[in-house]
Amino acid sequence: MSQPLLRVESLHVWFELKRGAELHAVKGICFDLDRGEKFGLVGESGCGKTTSILALMGLLPPNATVAGSVFLDGEDILSKGEESVSPHRWKDVAMIFQGAMNAFNPVKTVGDQIVEPMKLHGVAEGKQARDRAGELLETVGIAAARADRYPHEFSGGMRQRAAIAMALACNPKLLLADEPTTALDVMVQAQILELLTGLASDFGLALVLVTHDLPVVAQVCGRAAVMYAGEIMESGPTDALYHDPRHPYTRLLFAATPDLLGEGDIASIPGSPPRLDREIPGCPFAPRCDRTFSPCPTVKPRLLQVAAGHEAACHLNDPAMAQAS
Amino acid sequence: MTRYPVPRGIVGSLARRPKQHVHAVDGVSFTVAEGEMLALVGESGCGKTTTAQSVLRLVEPDAGTVRFRGRELTDLSNRALRPLRRQMQMIYQDPYESLDPRFRVRSTVEEPLLVHGVGSRAERRRLVEEALVRAGLTPPELYVDRFPHELSGGQRQRVAIAASLVLDPELLVADEPVSMLDVSVRAGVLRLLDGLRQEGLGILMITHDLSTAAHFANRIAVMYLGRIVEEGPAREIVRNPQHPYTKALLSVVPKPDPRERSRPQILQGETPDPTHIPVGCRFHPRCPIAIPECKQVDPELRRPAGSRSPEHVAACIRA
Repeated sequence: MSQPLLRVESLHVWFELKRGAELHAVKGICFDLDRGEKFGLVGESGCGKTTSILALMGLLPPNATVAGSVFLDGEDILSKGEESVSPHRWKDVAMIFQGAMNAFNPVKTVGDQIVEPMKLHGVAEGKQARDRAGELLETVGIAAARADRYPHEFSGGMRQRAAIAMALACNPKLLLADEPTTALDVMVQAQILELLTGLASDFGLALVLVTHDLPVVAQVCGRAAVMYAGEIMESGPTDALYHDPRHPYTRLLFAATPDLLGEGDIASIPGSPPRLDREIPGCPFAPRCDRTFSPCPTVKPRLLQVAAGHEAACHLNDPAMAQAS
Repeated sequence: MTRYPVPRGIVGSLARRPKQHVHAVDGVSFTVAEGEMLALVGESGCGKTTTAQSVLRLVEPDAGTVRFRGRELTDLSNRALRPLRRQMQMIYQDPYESLDPRFRVRSTVEEPLLVHGVGSRAERRRLVEEALVRAGLTPPELYVDRFPHELSGGQRQRVAIAASLVLDPELLVADEPVSMLDVSVRAGVLRLLDGLRQEGLGILMITHDLSTAAHFANRIAVMYLGRIVEEGPAREIVRNPQHPYTKALLSVVPKPDPRERSRPQILQGETPDPTHIPVGCRFHPRCPIAIPECKQVDPELRRPAGSRSPEHVAACIRA
């Protein structure tokens, strides 16, 4: 088997809080990604999805501690901290953020900002870099002449397009997209998703799409992982997650998502996610789960393979547990 | 009809450039009955929030009328409006911003009673607890002394709903009531609103989410650039849309089943600037089926040929 483009192994992130408290935001997540693959990281607010990809980019604030390995083409880019991440940031791995509005410096032209990462990584400079900035803008559907404009002269959708152009500046292999369409209208969302999937196939770009929006992942990604309370609850082909979910959280999340022409009731999941500043002995979802049984509150379920390429962390899938109860 | 002035800047005013106005809402008509939820759907900038705010006279419309129980609100003085305001309450999008972080739940829910001078202290206490129960925060003792930061997003929105219910209104205007909430708690808040509707409240819900509107509203009105372009029973609108804008909007809603690949009909460009509304049909520059006539005729709402419901109207000469 060939080496995956990206392999994340036992990634942990802790945030140091005031008064010595500590928040365990990401708890040993693992996933990998092939070249050109589109992978979804799904979950609700506070589940650690954004923290996970910020850790991949080495962009966490100083009060964060990271453990685990992130292999990019076989090289562990986290092994030496900033020293080993920075040569890859923007060059091999680029990111677009939810608030496209805030990703740009308001006092510099959009073109200048697209040129910046090219200069930083010695990809291009001078006229060559400016020409490339223009081409990149054309690629994302913005007239090259608008490179001289300032971010406030762009609409929200155009700013997100420009942010994508900036992310593509150094020809990355991997694009991390954090809620890229959340602040946008549905029509603009459709335009941006069409652009992202087009770029992924045209440039062989791998995409990690981080979102709370299951239908977006279902339409864009071939595989996805569902996160809850800093852990991966289930991962596998999006088709299996929808048609054969093996974790109650995945099933309930889909049931809570209204389908335009669906007739059934829409579920809500009672309760709220657990606090992450204290140890959770059993399954983090147990207090809200509709299938909880005896081991759930005390024994932590392991991520078990339930089918080829499909894993879930639920005792219901573990014959030994199901029998013992 | 609501117009907002566009700032001209100091140069503009010195040069006596003509004052520009944004026609945010332009000749919109609709009704909300008792026990009915009307969803006003559209993209940002289409005028749906301005419309909702004009209903409560939080913005003053330039023309047109708003009647509540047959009584015209538009020319009432603020003083005369006040008792009617009790009957009409607003729920905002962001429960993280709409609740005062220094107020305990009890004070937040009690405040409207104090503003309107309702009840003795003991009565207010009882009304607050009743409102919390109606909003699904039971038992109320568990919540009254909490601060917003001690509540989840869903609970905060329920507190905001309790504060709007405490005056026992007849009309609720809910502006994107669940868009800031996590998916897992949205349905709970929507079911709460649905329950209130079944008790007889009229609800005007502003949303950009057609799936939510399809599930919870009785009727849907689709807005584009300050106008309602299509309106009808919710099921009819999502299953048998007639206006090309509604059709496009429905086609881009992503489907949760990966096997049902959406065939999005993506409109190019973005909604035009409301200071420059296109002549003729305001949708014609982006319309996939526009004909030359569409540049001249500003279409009225009428029953389209393909509709299956007499209450279904669309503003399109080709529908």
